[in-house]
Amino acid sequence: MLKFILKRLLQAIPVLLAVSVITFLLIHAAPGGPFAAEKAVPAEILKHLNERYKLDQPLHVQFYDYLKHAIQGDLGPSFKYPGRSVNEIIATGFPVTLELGCYALLFALLIGVGSGVCAALSPNTWRDYLPMTFATIGICLPAYVLGPLLVLVFGIWLEWLPVAGWELIPGDKILPSVTLGSVYAAYIARLSRGGMLETLSRDFIRTARAKGMSESIIIFRHAMRVGLLPVVSFMGPALAGLLSGSFVVETIFQIPGLGRYFVQGAFNRDYTLILGVTLLFASLIILFNLIADVMLAWLDPKVRQEAING
Amino acid sequence: MTMQTGRTGLTACLLSALFLSVSCSFDYESNVSGGTRQGILHIGNGDEPQELDPHIVTGNIEAKLCQALLEGLLAQHPEDLHIIPGGARSWQESKDGKTYIFHLREDAKWSNGDPVTAADFVYSWRRALLPALGNNYAYMLYYLKNAERFHQGEITDFSEVGVKAPDDWTLKVELENPTPFFLQLLTHMSYFPVHPATIEAFGATDERGTLWTRPGNHVGNGPFKLKEWVLNRSIVVEKNEHYWDADSVKLEQIIFYPIQNVTTEERMFRAGQLHITGSAPVDKVARYLKERPEALKIFPYFSTYYYMFNTGAPPLDRQKVRQALAMSIDRQQIVDKITKAGELPAFSYTPPDTNGYTATAQLDYDVERARALLAEAGYPGGEGLPTIELMYNTSEGHRRIAIALQQMWKTNLNVNITLLNQDWKVYLDKRDAQDYQIARAGWIGDYLDPNTFLNMYTSSSGNNDTGWSNQRYDELLAQAAGTIEQESRYALLQEAEAILMTELPIMPIYTYVSKSLVSPDVNGWHPNILDIHPYKYISLLPSADDAAKIMP
Repeated sequence: MLKFILKRLLQAIPVLLAVSVITFLLIHAAPGGPFAAEKAVPAEILKHLNERYKLDQPLHVQFYDYLKHAIQGDLGPSFKYPGRSVNEIIATGFPVTLELGCYALLFALLIGVGSGVCAALSPNTWRDYLPMTFATIGICLPAYVLGPLLVLVFGIWLEWLPVAGWELIPGDKILPSVTLGSVYAAYIARLSRGGMLETLSRDFIRTARAKGMSESIIIFRHAMRVGLLPVVSFMGPALAGLLSGSFVVETIFQIPGLGRYFVQGAFNRDYTLILGVTLLFASLIILFNLIADVMLAWLDPKVRQEAING
Repeated sequence: MTMQTGRTGLTACLLSALFLSVSCSFDYESNVSGGTRQGILHIGNGDEPQELDPHIVTGNIEAKLCQALLEGLLAQHPEDLHIIPGGARSWQESKDGKTYIFHLREDAKWSNGDPVTAADFVYSWRRALLPALGNNYAYMLYYLKNAERFHQGEITDFSEVGVKAPDDWTLKVELENPTPFFLQLLTHMSYFPVHPATIEAFGATDERGTLWTRPGNHVGNGPFKLKEWVLNRSIVVEKNEHYWDADSVKLEQIIFYPIQNVTTEERMFRAGQLHITGSAPVDKVARYLKERPEALKIFPYFSTYYYMFNTGAPPLDRQKVRQALAMSIDRQQIVDKITKAGELPAFSYTPPDTNGYTATAQLDYDVERARALLAEAGYPGGEGLPTIELMYNTSEGHRRIAIALQQMWKTNLNVNITLLNQDWKVYLDKRDAQDYQIARAGWIGDYLDPNTFLNMYTSSSGNNDTGWSNQRYDELLAQAAGTIEQESRYALLQEAEAILMTELPIMPIYTYVSKSLVSPDVNGWHPNILDIHPYKYISLLPSADDAAKIMP
């Protein structure tokens, strides 16, 4: 197992290198520089700025320079925010995004697994149709529709919750977490329903029932462990998606997370910021996929065997 | 048996949902009512500021924060913006308009208790002009004698630049030319002072992005001092007890929120989370006007929305083609049907009543005349005129206007227009390289004088991306720059603007308005053409009409 993890981690190095080269080239190829502004920047000021940020050097020198510092953990200064380093921006934004992502995932799991399992236990009855209808709507409803809708109901009409903010007013974390998590809740509901339905019709469940085992033990100990495997393998990409895809929710709810830099950094041609954030998200995607695979192996002996052999 | 567990599952499911919704309802006092009680102003401020250094930043978002934290020599009256004393208690102007003596307040102090001296201003203006600092607004100081040469590195001895401190409380300023709007310039943040010892403590004088602007480090001379700055969440400033006029500052704290999304900002206002917003969504304007007109403040803004023509390439190198295009659009319809917040149709480049100046040269809306001009240019009925590309930067508002104009030109002149939407930086790049035919543009004046608009279209201006140049126009502006007497100076500018509106390298469309939502609890906030609202005059009083009232 350790060999498997090590191998995967080693594979990550060329992947990250490729990600940084491609991002670097793309962002530098995009027209317009970080200092272009509505009010023309005088040539001599631009020259000073380019010198200051070493943008007057050839691209390969710039990249080598960037990489050299990045390996030592220094992602450079931001172009848009002269007083901030990319490290600092990530250090303040990432914990917020991570917290939001975890709450969203928690919500998604709670609702998704709950309703999915419940649907699978009585297929083709109202207990199946009702949650599955919601799940379908949930998948179709993008965050920029659901978010404002929730705000309107819970924030403005009922006045139960703040309409925006993060750690400003108690309770302001609930609506964004629900908004971000709901799409994933819907996916998880469908995945767990499918997984459970298939598992419940398998021989070992019938054997267990024939042996007179109590239904709750059958469901919770035996069926769910196998039936929820698709959910486990979905969680890696889901968490990565929750973290890197929180831009819309962050904007709607005025959350100081990293998602907006991911998008704004590209618009602002903030070369170092977009590179830093891209590298971070790339590493996270690799890491979460690895964790999901390890968990899968731990839950499913068949996968475990493959991992050890492979 | 399945029924049994099915029910258990459902119950668990419902219970968790119920738990979630119960834990949802918190009892909290709204920011507005709590803030009003404690003297804390909650205000939406557009975006995260790039920095708080007045010699590095250029935007309005940063300007609002700098105004709270720093004070220039002079200030503007909150109602009509006339010049009032700030850090200087009085001043004298020489007859030739080229020398000013400012008498500083002896009781003015930095937020750490140090006195604000004339030497601090000399230090600050030198810093603003140091080439390596990369100050985008350094040219605002070019009116000082030799400042441009110092900034370009032609001279290195700052004592040759026109600012001296004969003693602690006297600042002597010499200008390159008489500059009638010089006093206006002094209210701009590029002329604000910084605390020398603090700057030096965190790096070299001309070092960008040092930590001096962080809470705990920042020292200012404004009515408020920096208390807290959480990236992308909020900036808190509190009353500066060392400020010379601290007794008249009524607010205890101001909390600035960097809210980019105007819809979010409006919702926060509606839910009582904000006293004042930086903007208001277009599609809510009509509703506010109907249901809460007292909360919506709309006022003409010192800014023009216009299109620029690339006069360097056919067919827009022909003046008559440009005139035909400019005369055949119904600006009233654009402001009535698209922008919808009371914007003013613009028939001249400078906004109306710019410090007493209103352009006499006005464009006409005359479709017949436009058709005749197009025919004279050799394109009768639009025949033979190649399709023209209209470029705008990504924005729903720009798109709608572009589509409307495309239609108007097609209907009125039979001119075919294609639209090109570009991301902001690409748009800037293409504009700068003159790689466009027609491009959308907007300009906000830096100081209250028509010069801030007209100066842009001289041949040497870095902002003139149209390829247009007119010798007479350049001469008139140069002549105006050397004229002290306001009336004759405005006459010269009128003549220049008449040239601009005849040759039309640019086509004005409308004058912007500033739109803000302001809680009735807020007093001392006055709408004005620069959308400037000095915080020292603002106070909070609970209004009979609860600010957090929900719109039905």
